[in-house]
Amino acid sequence: MDDTPKDLDQSLERNHVRRVFNAMLTARVLENKLGSLYKAGKIVGGVYLGKGQEAVSASMAACLEKGRDVYAPLIRDQAGRTAFGEEILDCTRTYLGSVKGPMRGRDGNIHRGRPAEGMLAMISHLGAAIPVVAGMLLAKRLKGELDGVVGATCVGDGCTSTGAFHEGLNTAAVEKLPLILTVANNQYAYSTPNDRQFACRDLVDKAVGYGVRGHSVDGTDMLACIKVMNEAVARAREGDGPQLVVASMLRLTGHGEHDDGSYVDAALKSSGLGRDSIEVGIKQLIEGGFATVEEIEQWQQEAADQVQQAVAIAQKEDGPDPYKDDWMAYSNPEMQMQR
Amino acid sequence: MSDVTYIDAIHAALDEAMERDPDVFLYGQDIGKFGGAFKATKGLQEKYPGRVLDAPISEDAMAGVAIGAAIEGARPVLEMQFADFSSVALNQIINQAATHYYRTGVPVPLTMRLPSGGTPGSGPFHSQSMEAIYSHYPGLVVVTPATVADAHSMLLDSIAMNDPVIYCEHKFLYRWLKSKDLSGDRLPIGQARITRPGKHATVVTYSAMVHEAVRAAEMLYKDGGWEIEVVDLRSVKPLDTDTIIASVARTGRLLALGEAFPWGGVTAEVVSRVCADGFHLLDAPPVRLNSKDTPIPYHPKLWSSHRPTPESIAEELRKLLDY
Repeated sequence: MDDTPKDLDQSLERNHVRRVFNAMLTARVLENKLGSLYKAGKIVGGVYLGKGQEAVSASMAACLEKGRDVYAPLIRDQAGRTAFGEEILDCTRTYLGSVKGPMRGRDGNIHRGRPAEGMLAMISHLGAAIPVVAGMLLAKRLKGELDGVVGATCVGDGCTSTGAFHEGLNTAAVEKLPLILTVANNQYAYSTPNDRQFACRDLVDKAVGYGVRGHSVDGTDMLACIKVMNEAVARAREGDGPQLVVASMLRLTGHGEHDDGSYVDAALKSSGLGRDSIEVGIKQLIEGGFATVEEIEQWQQEAADQVQQAVAIAQKEDGPDPYKDDWMAYSNPEMQMQR
Repeated sequence: MSDVTYIDAIHAALDEAMERDPDVFLYGQDIGKFGGAFKATKGLQEKYPGRVLDAPISEDAMAGVAIGAAIEGARPVLEMQFADFSSVALNQIINQAATHYYRTGVPVPLTMRLPSGGTPGSGPFHSQSMEAIYSHYPGLVVVTPATVADAHSMLLDSIAMNDPVIYCEHKFLYRWLKSKDLSGDRLPIGQARITRPGKHATVVTYSAMVHEAVRAAEMLYKDGGWEIEVVDLRSVKPLDTDTIIASVARTGRLLALGEAFPWGGVTAEVVSRVCADGFHLLDAPPVRLNSKDTPIPYHPKLWSSHRPTPESIAEELRKLLDY
């Protein structure tokens, strides 16, 4: 039986590939800038980057349609956020503490989102978004609006050890919800290597236990990520239930910019896992005829201009004013106790 | 017409809320065909197909699912089989649901029903009162109905509210507490009620302890004509400090009474607020009476001494009146 979804042949459609790469590149340029701002003392709190994970992050989110699908990015999903359609300004305003950002200074860095537009604002507790995405999909089903809709979230290897991961994926499977759960196995959860995190042969084996379809991909290979993500998302859209995608790569940065990642095994860095998906992507674009060197250079310049502009705007804006904040934790003002 | 019980009131409110609003749905363990461990949802799955969903034994994911559905505009009513098990869901409730409106401006209209409090023989893990834990967190509303009418109207109000509400229903009242019908004064959430007026001392309490306090008050009235005022908080967050202070202004004496553990909690909050705002009104040091500071014991003989009783409440009141 051929159970290949119909639109797989178009998975390497030219514009889609270019869009994925553009998001990856924009994220890299933006994150380099965030790192500089952090080192210059311009950012209060942490800076958490997704270097090395751009391909898997962008290729998943590029399959989603903003306004219809649900997306719950995590700590290393700048590329996915950009691919989903988050404005760069949302990022710079949140990192730089502008009151005009989506979190208004009430939360920072990667803890941002626009839930009304289908993009959740992550909390720090790993795996917590998995059942929340499932719940959003369930509500769409109750309203009769689920047809063809998917929800997607990305977690790391460390998250697979949590109860939230287990409960969330199992629940989504029981309800046969169109959830794409991507595990970006970047070999370390903060400083903890895979062999202190789990004992299974391969994280994708967990799919069998949950009764969901599993997919494996080399997370450094942009075109492979695009193919696998297109397939996983298409299958979820067509009613195949949750899809577990396990992508392997190395985190090409510390846990946050405060961390030099000196604990990372040198052998891993020089292995295939240590490849930079952006460098791989550039090679694939040129060899596959998706883009020319000149185009890529132009995109890089455009990304730098956009980032520069977004940083400049956010830097000029006011931070939150404690005397103007309404300090309301409730939408119903009568529920608020002020002391 | 036969009497309605506290659990009937909960069932009726769920039924009415579902009838009224197609966005309301129920989620919890064994709540579908089985009708729930306490039968709060009996027959509702048949009446509202597709809107009463059985959940796996995954309290954390259940809360997450309910939160996601609420963010998406549905009005989930989540049944925890026992309040005690909601500890497994604590992360989702306090970090996701409670913070969401403040962080994002998008409200989470979720109601979590917690079958709470002790019953004989239930032991350490089926008897807990969790209201203090949830009240600690900004963003959560915590209600503790003590009457049949409140069980009904406050559940309807909780489901209609756009903020997450922790609805603590007392298991001891489920079948024991009866009323002619569901009608009542329909006070809003956030307003306490004077259950029994008095002038010699105030007992501030909530949930099942309201009834124990009234019994103690009756004992003292028979004993010496003491008139004890009983204030039913109804919701512990927000806490109706005005009604409490006004009562203490009348009586000059305060006993804060609760079934939960003694460290911190609702009774400590009540005493602290009265001391801060009404110190000058007090004729005697305020008194707290809670359960003993041990896990909740299984055996009825131990259990009935672990929680406050009309006798232990009356004893504390006598000491308070003698001061």
